[in-house]
Amino acid sequence: MLNALMSYLGSNVTPGEANNQLWALIYVLIIFAGVSVAVVAMNWLERKALAHFQVRLGPMRVGPHGLLQPIADAVKLLLKEDIIPAEADKFVFWIAPLIGLLAAFTVYTVVPFGPSQAVSDMNIGILFMLGVSSLAVLGIVMAGWASNSHYPLIGALRSSAQMVSYEVAMGMAVVSAVLMTSLHGTGLYGASSLSDGTGTLSMIGIVQAQQEQQVWFLFKFFPLGLIAFVIFAIAMVAETNRAPFDLPEAESELTAGFHTEYSGLRWSLFMLAEYAAMIAVSSIAVTLWLGGWMRPFPHWLSGSVWDFIFSLFPGLTFLGLAAIAVRGTLRMPKHNYFRVQTIGLGAFALVLGGIGLLLLAIAIGARASSSEAIARAADSMNNIYWFMIKIAVFMYLFIWYRATWPRYRFDQLMKVGWKVMLPISLGVLIVTAIVGVIA
Amino acid sequence: MAEISTLHYLVVAAALFVLGVIGVLTRRNVVIVLMSIELILNAVNLNLVAFSRMWGGLHGQIFSIFIVVDAAAEAAVGLGILIAFFRNKETINVDEIDLLKW
Amino acid sequence: MNPAMTPVATPFFFYLLSGLAILGGLLVITRRNAVHSALALIVTLLAVAGLYLMLYAPFVAGVQIIVYAGGIMVLFLFVIMLVNLERTIRERQFNRIWPVGLVAGCALLALFLGVYAKGKSLFPEQARGLAEGNNTQQIGEMLYGNYMFAFEIASLLLLVAILGAVIMAKKRI
Repeated sequence: MLNALMSYLGSNVTPGEANNQLWALIYVLIIFAGVSVAVVAMNWLERKALAHFQVRLGPMRVGPHGLLQPIADAVKLLLKEDIIPAEADKFVFWIAPLIGLLAAFTVYTVVPFGPSQAVSDMNIGILFMLGVSSLAVLGIVMAGWASNSHYPLIGALRSSAQMVSYEVAMGMAVVSAVLMTSLHGTGLYGASSLSDGTGTLSMIGIVQAQQEQQVWFLFKFFPLGLIAFVIFAIAMVAETNRAPFDLPEAESELTAGFHTEYSGLRWSLFMLAEYAAMIAVSSIAVTLWLGGWMRPFPHWLSGSVWDFIFSLFPGLTFLGLAAIAVRGTLRMPKHNYFRVQTIGLGAFALVLGGIGLLLLAIAIGARASSSEAIARAADSMNNIYWFMIKIAVFMYLFIWYRATWPRYRFDQLMKVGWKVMLPISLGVLIVTAIVGVIA
Repeated sequence: MAEISTLHYLVVAAALFVLGVIGVLTRRNVVIVLMSIELILNAVNLNLVAFSRMWGGLHGQIFSIFIVVDAAAEAAVGLGILIAFFRNKETINVDEIDLLKW
Repeated sequence: MNPAMTPVATPFFFYLLSGLAILGGLLVITRRNAVHSALALIVTLLAVAGLYLMLYAPFVAGVQIIVYAGGIMVLFLFVIMLVNLERTIRERQFNRIWPVGLVAGCALLALFLGVYAKGKSLFPEQARGLAEGNNTQQIGEMLYGNYMFAFEIASLLLLVAILGAVIMAKKRI
C-alpha cells in the first residue's frame, strides 16, 4: 500500500487519469476539509467585513477579534433543538438540505487547482459542473415544500425561478468562453487560421488553452471576453441567492424564505451548501476567464527570475497576515482580562508566520537546489496559491456586493434575467463566433 | 456474469419501459402518469445509447439527445394542459377528466 | 481508446446503477404522494445518467443531468406544488382496472425478454467501442453536419412548445 501511495507522487496526471483510487480519495478528503475551513473563514470574514463596511466592529469578544466566533456559532447550532413543523413531510424535510449539500460538494471533483491537482479531469468538466450545480434548485424547492408553511413555499418558488432563469445566461456565457478555447491563436485578438474546432470542455484543458494562447480569456477579443465574464459574474451571484439577488432568503422580506422552518444543524447545512456553492461558481469563473492557476503576466514577465519573484508571493502573503496579527496583538488593551486573547492572537500570528516562512523556504529551496521533489512542491504551492487568491478576491466581492447594494425586487430580478442578460449573452456568443472565424 | 454486454443494458431498459407502461395504465394522478411517460422515454434513450455503443457509431447518442429535447417540450406542454384543466375542474384524476363522455 | 479511461469495477457499478434505476421506477409508480414520486424519478434519472457514463456517452449524460434532472424535474415539482390538493392524498390512487394494466405490463415484459433470449445470437461478440476522448467534438460535428435539419426542427419544436405552454397556462388570453 505504501507503494501505491508513493508511486503516484512522481506522476503528473490527476488521480482520475492515473486510475489511482487511493489518491483520489485522499484528494477528496483534502478538498472536503479545505472547503469546510474556507466556509468557516468565510463566515468570520463576512461578519467582520460587513461590520466594517457599516462602521462598526463586528464580533470582538469570542476570540481575539472574533476569530473563534464561527466555532461558537457551530457549537450553538449543533446544540439547538431540532424542530420539525407539525404537518411537514418528514422524509423530504430531512433530505432537502442533503441534496443542496451534495450538489454543492460534488462539483469539487473537477475543480482544477493545478495542471494535475484535480480529483479527476473529466472530458466534460464544465458541463458536469453546470449540471450538478443545477441540482441545487431541487434541494431548495423541496425545502420550501416540505416545510408546509406559506413563507417557505413562496421563498422556495421564487428562489428556484430565479436560479433557473440565471442558469440560462450563465450557460451562454460559459459557451462563449469554451468557444475561445478552440481558437489556438496567441495574443489578444489572435485566432489561428487552423482553428479546427478542437476546443475542450475539460477544466484543465480550458486553463491550458489560456496558457497556450498567452492571454486570459477575460481579455481575449476585448471587450467580448470581458462582457461574457461580467454576465457570468452577475449570474453566479443570482445562482447562489446572494445579495443583491437574495430576495428569497432575506430576513426583512420573507422571514428567511425557504429555510425559515429549519433550525440548528439543518440550517447550518444550508449555510454550508450556500458558501460551498459560492466557492464553486467562483472557481468556474476563475478557471474560465481568469487563467485558473496561472500567475499574472506569465509571458510579459517571463523567465526564471520573474518566476522566482512571483513564487515568493505565497510566503509573503502569509507573512503579511502575520504582521497584521502582530499589530493587532500589540494594540490589545493591556489589562488582565485581555491576557488570554492577547496570547491567543500572538499564537495565531506565530502560526501564520510559521506557514509563511515554510512557503518562503519552499520557494527559495526550489530556486537554490535542483531537487525534483522540492521543485514539484513549489510548483504545486504556486498553482494552488494563485488559484485560491483569485477565489479569495471573488469571495470578498460577494461580501462587498452584500454590503453595498440594495436588493432587487422579484419582478425586476426576473426582468433582468430574461430581458437583459439572455440577449446580451447570446449577442456575445454570436459576435465571438464571428470574430473567431474572421480573425 | 462478469462481462456486462449490451443485452444487460437492454434488459434494464425493458424493465424501465414496462414500469412506465404500468404506471401510465394504472395510476389516476395525471402528474404521475406524465412521470411514467418520462420513464418510458428514458428507457428508450438507454436502449439507443446501448446500441450506439454496440455498433460503434454516434447516431444513437444523437437520436437520444433529440429525444431528451422532445421530452422537455412534451412535459412543458402536458403540464400546461394540466394546469389549464385544473383551473376549470379542480381535479387531477384521469378518471374524472371525462367532460366529452356521453 | 485510452486504457486509462476504461471504467473500473464495471459489474459492481452496473448492478448498483441499474438497481437504483429500477427501484426508482418502482417507487415512481407506487407512491401515493406525488412529491415522493418526483424524488424517485430524480433518482432514476441520475442512475440512468450514470449508466450513460458507463456506455461511453459522457455528453448525453451531461445533457441528461442538466436538462432532465435539473430542468424537467423542477418543472414537475413546480406543477405538483401548484395543483397538489390535500384530498388527493387520501383518495384512491390506482384505477379500477389496475389488474388489466399489470397483466398487460407483465405480458409486454415477457415479450421483450423472449425476443432478447431468442435473438441472443444476433448480437456481435465484442462491442465495437467508442472513444471517450473527443465524444463531444464528434457529437458536435455530426449534429451540425449530418443532422443539421433535425437540429433546426428540434429548435422549432421547442419554440412551439414554449408558445403553447405560455398560452395554455395564462389566465386570460
